[in-house]
This record gives sequence, C-alpha cells and structure tokens, in this order.
Amino acid sequence: MSLPFYVSPEQFMKDKSDYARKGIKRGKSVMAMDYADGVLFVAENPSSTLHKISEIYDRMAFAGVGKFNEFESLRMHGIRQADVRGYSYSRDDVSARGLANSYSQILGQIFTEAMKPFEVEILVAAVGEEGQPNELYHILYDGSVADETNYVAMGGQSEDLSAYLEKNFRPAQPLNEAVKQGVAALKEVENRSLPNGNLEVAVLDRTRERRKFARLTASEVEAMTAGAETP
Amino acid sequence: MDTPHLPFELAPGASLDSSSFSSLLRKLNGDAMPELSGSTPLEGPHATTILAIKHATGVMIAGDRRATEGYSIAHRSIEKVFRTDRWSAVAIAGSAGPAIEMTKLFQTELEHYEKIEGERLSLEGQANKLGQMIRGNLGLAIQAGLIVVPLFAGYDDRAELGRIFKYDVTGGRYEESDYWATGSGGRDARATIKKRYRPGITADDALKVALEALFDASEEDVGTGGPDVLRRIYPNIASITEDGFLKYGDDRIAELFQELIHERSKVASTEEHVPGAERPVIE
Repeated sequence: MSLPFYVSPEQFMKDKSDYARKGIKRGKSVMAMDYADGVLFVAENPSSTLHKISEIYDRMAFAGVGKFNEFESLRMHGIRQADVRGYSYSRDDVSARGLANSYSQILGQIFTEAMKPFEVEILVAAVGEEGQPNELYHILYDGSVADETNYVAMGGQSEDLSAYLEKNFRPAQPLNEAVKQGVAALKEVENRSLPNGNLEVAVLDRTRERRKFARLTASEVEAMTAGAETP
Repeated sequence: MDTPHLPFELAPGASLDSSSFSSLLRKLNGDAMPELSGSTPLEGPHATTILAIKHATGVMIAGDRRATEGYSIAHRSIEKVFRTDRWSAVAIAGSAGPAIEMTKLFQTELEHYEKIEGERLSLEGQANKLGQMIRGNLGLAIQAGLIVVPLFAGYDDRAELGRIFKYDVTGGRYEESDYWATGSGGRDARATIKKRYRPGITADDALKVALEALFDASEEDVGTGGPDVLRRIYPNIASITEDGFLKYGDDRIAELFQELIHERSKVASTEEHVPGAERPVIE
C-alpha cells in the first residue's frame, strides 16, 4: 500500500500562487483609469474580435488578463448573473460590488479546491452617476479583492504600469488626454511600438444613455493620440 | 481531486444554449419566467390596435393607448410600442400582462445575446426568436385565452431596408411586404392604410397614415382609444431607420392630429359628403 506524499498546505498554496502568477506574467497588460466622464480601459490586444474588455450591464464593464478561456468563462458568468438579477428584480439592483463578490467566491473556491488555479486577474468597473465616484474592483487569481481608486493595472507589466500611472495620473482629464496617457503608459512599459490596431480601447461614459459602455475604434484612437506624445 | 462546486455554467460540460437568456432564466430563477400554469380561464386587460408601415427609409410602428377589460377601460395610457434594440421594436396586442412580460424578456434576450456573443443578433434571427417565444406561450393561449400577438418591425442593416413580421398564436411567423395592422381595431386600421399606402411612401407621410389609421380604428372599434386631447394622451408612433429607433414626441403627434381633425371637419361640413372623398391624396 502506498502512502501519498505529504505536502504542507503552505507549500501547496505557494506552488499554486507561483503557477498562477507565472501564467499571468506571460500575458499582455490591461489598464483602467478614471477620466472626466467615466472610466477608460486600454489594453494591448492584437485580436479585434476576442476581447479583453467587455460590457456586463448598464453601468458595468469587465476586463480580464491571463488565460483567455478562463476569463472568458468568468465574463459570461458576470453577464448572466447581471441579466438574471436585473430581470428578476430591477435594473438598479445589479451592483458591481455584488458581482465582484461573486467573482471573488468563485476564484477563491477554484484556487483552494481545484488542481490548477485560474491564471487570471479581472476587473469589475462601474461608472458612478454624476458626482458619484466610480467603482473599480480588482480581483486576483486566488479570490482576493481590492477596491481601487483612480486607476488599475493588470497583466504582464502590471507593476511598471502602476508605477507609471502613480507618477502621471491626473484626475478628471478629458477623454482624449486620458487616451493619450493610457496609450503612452502601455508603450512606455512595453518599451516598443504599439500600432493602434493592436489596441483595445473602451469607455464607460456616464453621459451616454442607459448602456454606458462603448468601444473606441482604431481611427478614433488614432485621432486622439495624434500629435505630441504626453510625457 | 473532485471538480469544486461551481456555478453550473462554469462546470465543464454545462448543457446550456450559451447565449440564450430564457434558457438561463428557466434554469436559475424559474419563478421569474413568464409562464403560468393551470387551466382556469384568466381575464386581464387587453391591449388593442397596433400597426406597422414600411416607408422609404425604414419602418413606422405604432399603437393606440387603450387597454380594456371586458367593457371597461382598464388603462388609458398603456404603452404598446417597445424598443427592443437599437434597430428593432415590438408592438403588442392581446393580453397586456403576458405581452409586456414577453417583451421585457425579449428585450433582455437580445441584449444578453449581444453582450455574450459580442455582436447583435440579425433582424431575421430576432424575428425567429420572437416566434419561438410566442409558441412557448401557446399553452397559455389555449388554456386561459391569454393570447399574445405582437408585431415586430425593424431596420435590417444587411438588407438595408425596414421589415415587418406578424405572428399568429402558434408562433407562425409571416413577413409583410408593405404594412400590417392587428388587434381588435386592426381591420379598420388596415382599411385606412390600404387606401393611403403607396410603395416608397416617405417617413412623414407614413406617420400621417399611421395616425389616421389609428384614429379611424378608434372610431369603429370600442377597444381602440383615440387621441385624448383633454388628458394629452396620443398614440405611440415610432420610426426605425438606419439611424435607429426614434419615437415621435406627443407635441408632434398632437399637431398632426389637429391637422387631421381640420381636414375631417371640412369634409363633414359639406352638404352631401362622402367620408374621405375630399381628403388630399398623399404623394
């Protein structure tokens, strides 16, 4: 009769963490930041159809980095939960906090119980009504949640990106300034040229009607980033 | 190690039509699904005349505002025209409760599909989906007489024209090439549109025809409400074009209604009058 090897829980969790972190580190980066009318998302994404940033509900959006199939299933879960809740109760009863909580439970459970943790980091963002703050919930592979303010950076270059934004972020910038800054930040940390076609840019814009989410096309981004590079 | 307990849709091999909201809702929160059971006849408010007219740049969709319950008026200002996505709309006739619920489900269904799939369901696909939902309601129609017969209209961005779909209670879907009106006053409304309609009619003229048809239906049918000047309740009329769904404001409808009344009173005051004879023909 063979005995299974003993692995201490600390070691076991640490191995899983390392594994998940490594997976995330390999991927490209996504950032989100507040601007005058809402929240701006900028990601490097060579595909124009497989999105990293997506609409969840009227005021809410989702961004994910890491393994596509894993954050994609989480994205769909978010849309489903939001739509069922909004239909069963009312559209106002769908909250970003509730969804972030649900994601945290799912990721936490997968991290502790499954052989292989999800190699993802996700962001649930909600734009506040006029005068209300935006909500940014950053959820890690192990289910821990951080309630961030002003900006969030995730993915391979998240540390450099955060450092860049910490230095350069200015509150309430107009959209074109924010886009310029976001694109510059990505270029800076990647340290190579990023054609606009490889960027995925979207906003949660509180001035829009019920559905606040909108994607910016490559030509719109081109127009906004044309001219001088922001420092 | 076992698969952890996950929300069902994250579990491997989850059997779910991945982009359908109704199948999801049935699974997660069956109580919220607009289905009733039992065989006792139910009676509720009925919504009445609705119509759709194709025009040069898209399609016009309209409905009166009355809901009846037997011989009483259940509601004076019910809405019967609902935007379902940016380029499509549903108008409802029949039992108001299930119809409104079905429309709400249909709206969510379209938005859900769009978010999950990353692109809008085609107009054809939308029309088919609505047919399936009506068929799902068939049991109710037979048992309880709660009949829901919507009109579906939208701008088809692939074919670049407005399209109209009508349904029967069995979910049968029929595309109309020019116009259609249904509900208790549908026949009367159709009679008016038939006289006034020309292929390629402009949006402005289609608006006038829609208003006139609803007005005529309200004169002939007790279930159809006419424009209510006292309470400022006017029919809901919306146009769907390449630019999306646009609902006409009450002020515009009120103004057109005044014009219509003016025309009619001229006709009524002539010595020997044939109804409608002196009305100008719309080019």
